[in-house]
Amino acid sequence: MTATVERGRRAAGARHRAGPPPPRRRDSYALYLLPGILAFLAVIVVPFLMNTGVSFTDWQGVGAPRWSGLANYRELLGDTEFWASFRHSLFMVVAMALVPTALGLVLAAALFDHIGKHFGSPVVAVLRACFYLPQVLPIAVAGIVWSWILAPDDGSLNALLDAVGLGSWRQDWLGDPDLALYTVMGVMVWVQLGFPLVVFMAGLQRVDPQLYEAAELDGAGWWRRFGHITLPQLRPEIHVVLTWCTVAALKVFGAVYVLTKGGPGGATDVPSYFSFTTFFEQTQVGYGAAISTVLTVIVLALGLIGLKLQTRAEDAEEGGLA
Amino acid sequence: MTRALRRYPVLIALCVAALFMVVPFVIVAVNAVKSPAEYSRHGPLSLPDGLYLDGLKDFWQRVDFGRKLLNSVLISGSVAVLAVVVSVLNAYAIGIGRVKGRTWVLAFFVLANTLPQEALVYPLYHLSKQAGLYDTRIGVIIVFTVIQAAFGTYLLSSVLGRFPREIIEAARIDGANSWQVLWRIVVPVSRPTLGVLLVFFFVWTWNEFLLPLVMLVSNDNQTVSVALGVLQGQRLMDATMTNAAALLGVLPAVVFFLVFQRTLTRGIAVGAVK
Repeated sequence: MTATVERGRRAAGARHRAGPPPPRRRDSYALYLLPGILAFLAVIVVPFLMNTGVSFTDWQGVGAPRWSGLANYRELLGDTEFWASFRHSLFMVVAMALVPTALGLVLAAALFDHIGKHFGSPVVAVLRACFYLPQVLPIAVAGIVWSWILAPDDGSLNALLDAVGLGSWRQDWLGDPDLALYTVMGVMVWVQLGFPLVVFMAGLQRVDPQLYEAAELDGAGWWRRFGHITLPQLRPEIHVVLTWCTVAALKVFGAVYVLTKGGPGGATDVPSYFSFTTFFEQTQVGYGAAISTVLTVIVLALGLIGLKLQTRAEDAEEGGLA
Repeated sequence: MTRALRRYPVLIALCVAALFMVVPFVIVAVNAVKSPAEYSRHGPLSLPDGLYLDGLKDFWQRVDFGRKLLNSVLISGSVAVLAVVVSVLNAYAIGIGRVKGRTWVLAFFVLANTLPQEALVYPLYHLSKQAGLYDTRIGVIIVFTVIQAAFGTYLLSSVLGRFPREIIEAARIDGANSWQVLWRIVVPVSRPTLGVLLVFFFVWTWNEFLLPLVMLVSNDNQTVSVALGVLQGQRLMDATMTNAAALLGVLPAVVFFLVFQRTLTRGIAVGAVK
């Protein structure tokens, strides 16, 4: 049966060989989008619209939601916890986007332009693997590992400080309100570093090694080569990495949940954790929805700005070359 | 001569930095095989006297870790396969079929990909309860298939957009319909990229935390990440138990890493630079 149909089609195809493609081709391709689009409507679009709608109500998760207009958003403006959580987000951007990108650039250039040249690529591969390893770890597991290492009484870090005679530096790393945010930032640098590094090293593959050789012959030192060759050549990757990591930093949840639960005293609270507790612990669903809507707007705006800057940079580059 | 000498400080500095990245894994592994008595006597920095595996065994049985592993494999595996299939179908229509309005469809998928899950979590929780999918693995599989496919569609569309059109035209002329072209030509030719996506979706889903945490409440359905995260969040574990938890959580990740290292690093390059 199938074979007959196929043979029939084949014959038809042969007859039309010289003619234009059949007009209904375009439409038949649209059918392939159907399952994807339907699933997207159900899992992303409808929930997202619901969430936005609920943010204008005082819904508590049961019964019918009652319209409350902009009340939730007005309340947010005066909510110190809300402002604190977004301020902590900025710290997370530093720890998850700026610092890993800067370190990643230097490390990638050092591995490519120095270690690769003098010690060979197996050494590079091993070092790169070490830096990338934390990236494959579930964030919950990374949190367990670090909260154990940073434990105040019998944690490895404090034990290490004791062992090298710096016992006076012992800290309650995650329990001290003045310190906890910086500790979480340090852990996030560790988690995130591998991603920019690997992207930058991949980007350096397309840079002509002769550029470096010529610069070296001209007497350019390592830092000059870094500034004049590596940075400009990697500009597209830097844009992508910064955008991607900034968005990830704004969404950070698991690390805070596992390391500090937003504490002590809200010192490490971030918007996603704040909305999570508002949803599921205080069941102020309307208010939680408002928090997550603000977060969404900021994330999407930043994503768009990142994309815009990237395309503009690409255009400028092409214009410059032409 | 001086140049040769100057080579080593950089290498040493990088090795120290790399060591710093790896040392947490080493400390965990070392302490997971110590007995509680040994741990309290010598602290976390001593080398273990012998191989004490009861802590790991205890923890494994207490949290029914085998079950968690099974759940994680089942969920991540299903999501990886289904999300690749959905991505291929979407990208085939966008990249090769060049359907009308494809820029908008693509923008829609990209947007869906950047959306914070916090903006979906409560409605998904609510809707899945109504649909009878709350606290089921199927529910989580459906949600993550869609979320991962958003990225997959975006990536594959640009890859398939550069697919050599002569091959497709030739097949069409030979009488193959679009379905046959997809499965007999496009999918086999794109196999390397699909492999990268498969690995990525698997690892990403394995590591997901927020949505599985909300949607999988019963012990029998939880993934490794959720089970360990909840245990840690409850602050009920002593040092040795934490170590057992950490080691059992780290091991699968290290295994993926060693198995898929090339795919992962190559895939990131594909994804970032399109």
